[in-house]
Amino acid sequence: MIFGYAGKFLEVDLSTEKIKEIKVRDNVLKEYVGGRGLATKILWDRLGSKWETVDPLGPENITLFLTGPLTGFFPGGRICVSGKSPQSNGVVGSTVAGEFGIELKCAGYDGIIVTGEAEKPVFLFIKDSDVEIRDATHAWGKDAKQTVTLLTRECRELLKKRFPRYGEWREPSILHIGPAGENKVRTAVVTAKWTHAAGYGGYGAVMGSKRLKAIAVKGTGPLPEVADMEKIKQLIQKVCEDVYENELWRRWGTGSAGYEVGAKTSSEPVRNWQEEWHDEKSYGVDKFENRVWVKPYWGDFGCPTTCLKIAMVKTGKFKGAITDNPDYELQAYLGTNLGIFAPEENVFLASLIDDLGLCGIQTGNVLGFAAELFQRGILTKGDLDDLEPEWGNAEAFAALARKIALREGVGNLLAEGTYRAALKIREMKDVDVLQYAVQSKGIGLGAHGIRSGKDYPINISYACSVQGGDHTSIACLPLNDFRSELVMTFNDSAVYCYFNIFGIPRKLKFEFYKTVTGLELTQKEWCNTKALRILQLQRAMLILGGPDLKWNPRVHDDNPPRFYEPLPSGPYKGKTVYKPRFGKDKKRYYEAVGWDENGIPESEILKKLGLKDVDAALEKLR
Amino acid sequence: MLVPGVEFPHFCVQCEDYPCVEACPIEALSIDSKTGAVLVHKEKCTGCGQCVEACPGRVPHIHPKENFILICDLCDGDPQCVKVCQEGGWNVLKIVPRKNYAYKLYSRTPEEITRDLAVKLYGEMGKKFL
Repeated sequence: MIFGYAGKFLEVDLSTEKIKEIKVRDNVLKEYVGGRGLATKILWDRLGSKWETVDPLGPENITLFLTGPLTGFFPGGRICVSGKSPQSNGVVGSTVAGEFGIELKCAGYDGIIVTGEAEKPVFLFIKDSDVEIRDATHAWGKDAKQTVTLLTRECRELLKKRFPRYGEWREPSILHIGPAGENKVRTAVVTAKWTHAAGYGGYGAVMGSKRLKAIAVKGTGPLPEVADMEKIKQLIQKVCEDVYENELWRRWGTGSAGYEVGAKTSSEPVRNWQEEWHDEKSYGVDKFENRVWVKPYWGDFGCPTTCLKIAMVKTGKFKGAITDNPDYELQAYLGTNLGIFAPEENVFLASLIDDLGLCGIQTGNVLGFAAELFQRGILTKGDLDDLEPEWGNAEAFAALARKIALREGVGNLLAEGTYRAALKIREMKDVDVLQYAVQSKGIGLGAHGIRSGKDYPINISYACSVQGGDHTSIACLPLNDFRSELVMTFNDSAVYCYFNIFGIPRKLKFEFYKTVTGLELTQKEWCNTKALRILQLQRAMLILGGPDLKWNPRVHDDNPPRFYEPLPSGPYKGKTVYKPRFGKDKKRYYEAVGWDENGIPESEILKKLGLKDVDAALEKLR
Repeated sequence: MLVPGVEFPHFCVQCEDYPCVEACPIEALSIDSKTGAVLVHKEKCTGCGQCVEACPGRVPHIHPKENFILICDLCDGDPQCVKVCQEGGWNVLKIVPRKNYAYKLYSRTPEEITRDLAVKLYGEMGKKFL
């Protein structure tokens, strides 16, 4: 057994209500580490042979909740949610902050594998090795805040009854879905607590399709043994000290970027990416800090960064709306992208999105897309159920978001996500609306534009990424660049918060890995073999596709058409992505990661990495 | 103090684009190469007040007796206001290294700060005091 792992996984079949404990071989854990890496391996092993026919929202899909070896040790615990994504038909390793991963490890499991489909709504309750599937009919249809309250209360009563002499329990950690997930909205999220969400990938819809409302876990055991206890204490201290130096995250979280990314680097989505520059001082972080942040330092268990701030609207029309932060992505996508430049309206929308269990990025993207079609007269008031989503009209957007979550009227169309909605509208209206859809492989782009060239993603970042528009996993050259997804995969695979690695030496995370597991690992080895293997697997599954959509790398390994339009305003006016240069860079990237000119992984590299079965499966695409 | 009980310090925030220096018609203002603070050339300054107009927070003020402008020069890298704040144990002010942030967002007029602070302190009632 390798140090740092609890040693067993929980497998729950909801169709037959069978629960069993399984083990994963040590050499698999060694190669795929955990989290995103292990998820690709498990999915490939179980579904690889029939990948194209597996409907992500059908009973044969698998939902995975995986920890990694560093979960609970590295400051900032997370849990990785994965499965076949209903957005991209590939695999996305979506991580969400919170104590869930730590509780799960303390309960003695490295992860949960959920298969099948329940007949009626259920939730899983795990107390150490007692695992039960409980009825969740009473919580079905409830929003995030109500769900958490209901389930926490129920679990507390259960625990009190079983352990009458224990005293008061700390609340169990809960992962749950909102109404959006229940209605299989493709932009639905898996939420932890009230507001943390595993957004990219749309795994809320997968949980909803399995009628799994929530998972509550309470672990009372210790964390697994580590290789060197004394050294791990020192390393945690060192990470914390380095993180405390990072005044930016500690004071403002990513909240300061809502103004700065727009005004300084010109890469913030404004009105569905029609512009990427704004100089609205009303959206500065000082306005958030003074007017809506009621608790400026707040973090989950063991986190030194405390980038979360609790925001509440205290006066005015939206009084009472409460959420965290909103962080930069939500400030951009539920603010500037919809033409909203007031902190109060932004907090209101973010709070609503959290409650409904929708993804702020994906939903902001699809709302912006709908608003642009309305602006251009392609979608009329009649098409939009008498709503008028003009830029800046927060109430209309809120009504539209509610419709999306419940799949009512036009919401049913928009609930399919930007790309699928665009395909349908194109058919309906006979207008090429795909040029207004800012997405990559079905996943809406993160709020970091590439046209000005001043932000961190580069021209091929979204086009060649195996996770589509995911801004936390971008393609980048050279492959060992700190922004590259090969390097970033380590955070999602060892499963810890990637906000805690800013300002700490790059070697430290591998040293951490060695101290926990007792296994040697260097960045070079990671990038050249292990991460590359995960990348090839993800790529293979992405291009194999699903029953409703398939990606052709020759067509779809491209930026959205909007990114070839010149920037219309700001200091970088006129700048854009130069297409021949993009083609060249794409070719260089393909060569570097070992894909042929059609973007399909080459046999040679697959064989070298020991992925012969992947090679055989890809043969028909070549 | 525009509203009773609402007191606050009103400091130069060290804007990254120096609107005051740009506004000066006679180049009496310069930038310290070491600290990045604004330096006033006392003899050159005519006290025209253009920098006060240019400042988004109306921070500079004219010397009460003589005719020149007063702008924070960060005490040559060792700000005395921070020193007394630390000595007094308040720890409200501290020295931070200059980074590429939009500092100018924090440059605000006393009226603006009062309005925000009053609402923060007294909630909806705060607006009545203005």
